Amino acid sequence: MRLRVTFAKLNALRYTGHLDLHHIWERAARRAELPLAYSQGFHPQPKISLASALPLGFSSRCEVMDMRLNEEIPLEGLKERIQAAVPSGLQILKVDSVDEKLPALQTLVAEAEYEAVLTEPADGSMLKQRAVEMLAASTLPRERRGKSYDLRPLIGRVDVIETPQGGIHLTMRLSAREGATGRPEEVLDQLGIPADTVRVERTRLIFTNETIE
Amino acid sequence: MLTPEQIEAKLDRILLKVQKPGRYVGGELNITVKDWEAATTKVALVFPDIYDIGVSNVGLKILYDQVNQRADSLAERAYVPWLDMEALMREHGIPLYSLESKRPLAAFDLIGFTLPYETLYTNALNALDLAGIPVRAAERGEEHPIVIAGGHSTMNPEPMHAFIDAFVIGEGEEVIHDILDVLQAHSSRADRLLALAKIPGVYVPKFYETFYLDDGTVSHIEALADGIANPVVKRIVAKLPPPPTKFIVPNIDIVHNRVTVEIMRGCTRGCRFCHAGMITRPVRERTVEEVVAAAEEAVRATGFEELALLSLSSSDYTHILELVTAVGEKFQGRQLNVSLPSLRIESVSIDLMDKLRQRRTGGFTLAPEAATERMRRIINKYISDEDIINTTREIYARGWTTIKLYFMIGHPSETLEDVQAIADLCKRVLAEGRKVIGWKAKLNAGVSTFVPKSQTPFQWVSVDTRERILEKQALLKRELYRDRNIKLSLTDPDDSLLEAWLSRGDRRMAEVVYTAWKNGVKFDAWDEGRKPEIWKAAFDQHGLDIDFYTARQRRTDEVFPWEHITAAVRKNFLFQDFRMSLEGQIRVDCRLNCFACGILPTFSNMRRENPGEGWKCPDVKSPAKKISVELPVVGD
Repeated sequence: MRLRVTFAKLNALRYTGHLDLHHIWERAARRAELPLAYSQGFHPQPKISLASALPLGFSSRCEVMDMRLNEEIPLEGLKERIQAAVPSGLQILKVDSVDEKLPALQTLVAEAEYEAVLTEPADGSMLKQRAVEMLAASTLPRERRGKSYDLRPLIGRVDVIETPQGGIHLTMRLSAREGATGRPEEVLDQLGIPADTVRVERTRLIFTNETIE
Repeated sequence: MLTPEQIEAKLDRILLKVQKPGRYVGGELNITVKDWEAATTKVALVFPDIYDIGVSNVGLKILYDQVNQRADSLAERAYVPWLDMEALMREHGIPLYSLESKRPLAAFDLIGFTLPYETLYTNALNALDLAGIPVRAAERGEEHPIVIAGGHSTMNPEPMHAFIDAFVIGEGEEVIHDILDVLQAHSSRADRLLALAKIPGVYVPKFYETFYLDDGTVSHIEALADGIANPVVKRIVAKLPPPPTKFIVPNIDIVHNRVTVEIMRGCTRGCRFCHAGMITRPVRERTVEEVVAAAEEAVRATGFEELALLSLSSSDYTHILELVTAVGEKFQGRQLNVSLPSLRIESVSIDLMDKLRQRRTGGFTLAPEAATERMRRIINKYISDEDIINTTREIYARGWTTIKLYFMIGHPSETLEDVQAIADLCKRVLAEGRKVIGWKAKLNAGVSTFVPKSQTPFQWVSVDTRERILEKQALLKRELYRDRNIKLSLTDPDDSLLEAWLSRGDRRMAEVVYTAWKNGVKFDAWDEGRKPEIWKAAFDQHGLDIDFYTARQRRTDEVFPWEHITAAVRKNFLFQDFRMSLEGQIRVDCRLNCFACGILPTFSNMRRENPGEGWKCPDVKSPAKKISVELPVVGD
């Protein structure tokens, strides 16, 4: 049985990385007494896959995980059972059974949407101007960890929104294909927004063959 | 004082700049967050090393549960931040805070440190400083929390006497309640400390004074108020309470990702070097049913992938075969590693591991500690080479490719021949392994350096000098580095010497600890924290000599700095055992024959009131024979 769990990752869990999240799910499966499947061999690994790694420090309302079980179990009450077995920063939104033969979850992700809330006052119209300029550019050469790449083709959309209360937030849609991942912090940096003055949340993952919200 | 909201806001700005920010945010599964206002007494439990090490500490977990089970109290946790985080916390004015409610430690009524080993001392000072609490007990006022400490190293609390208001000597499960009651019954600091000092097993340094002889050794120690115990006798619990099962499950990777069930406390083997074996007597066991039920409950409550069955000597647990059989059957096929430490060197141990039905990837660990018959007699851990060879050969034959052997160098009167024998034995074990499984056979030799501890038969002996340790280590490297299938690990001599002077230091050493910390020493247990030159300068500044504490054979009539603290094992017994070691005499397992160490008379009433199978001292009907040995004066 292939179980698909959609969940939010909030609060303290923002500071838990991708690998550690795998462990959290493995332990959660044991606590919930789910018959989690393991790979064969010398070092059996749990058959858990997460759709897309979430950068450290970001919260998310739309994480997706597939977990393979050794046997069929009823979906009835499963969401509650899993919720009771996870740390408080994980909120279970949906639990489904999906076709075992579907390709690996990671290969299905196309794009991701993010919301970035500025925690300090900033000049909204200037940010809007910069966003327009950024999107008008044909290339955005950047360097990350010593490798140069072009950020522009990874950006789908960026909007700067000013709220009536004077707050500013940005929404963006970035590529999230394997090997072509647009990183929100790179976009923010391109716009001149310091990393420690912004809170980022992933709001939506867009899949090639379906959309999960 | 900052509010939790202010602390969280400040944290948000810095957490992404440090390694592993998950250490600093709490929110783990199985934590207890109680209503702050509803609790009369608030306790912050501190493990003075980083989260990765501290969070799995069982002692603090026990206390966390004990305090939180009371309606009138709450307990939260704190660990010390790693260097990068500490720098940012100081820069942004963030005090050390509790993980549960993000409150500054200074807002609590009681700060409880665990000090299981001496290399945490400077970190404890740093934790207080980072919390904005005066590091010196004498400088704390009514507005500050009471600071207590417990743990194995506090069997000689003196090097920390100036910083800790009250020490708990011995086991904490019951005494923590006495302490909370005192805090609730008294309000001023002075009244509280006096009342704490009257609790059995609690040592409040300010009510004692140490007097010295001209040669720098202790003349005597006086209690300064009426009704203050001298000596302070350690506390124990008559029956081990149900073990904790709701272990905190971190959201990040830590050192020990596991649940621990203590199957037995204390040890009857009497290895003369072993601090734990001497100070945790008497042996008390949990029943097989209780252990299995706790293990199952703990695995269900945590989902951890490893279960450790903890004791000082698993093989000596009365129903060990029954226990491993039950555990093996219960957890079979559940992707759970079970570890069983401290097995005797005999083929039965392999049967025990077989019954646990574990994969054989982790290696099989044995601890001969010494490699010559003479040395084994001196340390009272007797085992023949033939037993070691036969057992290890069988371990290789039964599917393990790696054997880990633990040894110590620096036992009293050890020569280079004794060290050579360690290398020879390692090579012999591996050669036998090769005969059985060929070049797959591997051997890990862990050779640490012996450090004499207070309250043990070796409390009189000197520790090897740095040069001597290096000479012995060089011999081992020369002998063992050639074989690629032998992995040798050694302890840095500076670490051993630090542990050596702190473990048998006196009150004057508190100033050395303070100065060393003030000059930047912390994380003594880490490579990043190793600063022997600052320690040396601190000794010089206070006119003290490192060798006085380490390289000096102590007089047989010497009054020790910890003479006013006792683990209930009599000094006379320890001395007799020390003398036996000089003569190479073995003392057998004391389950078979009571040697009158002093435990039975000290706790006879407690045992009478709480009879049961759990106590493993022999049932001595008549009062223990009083053995008195005149301590002859030898040495300088």
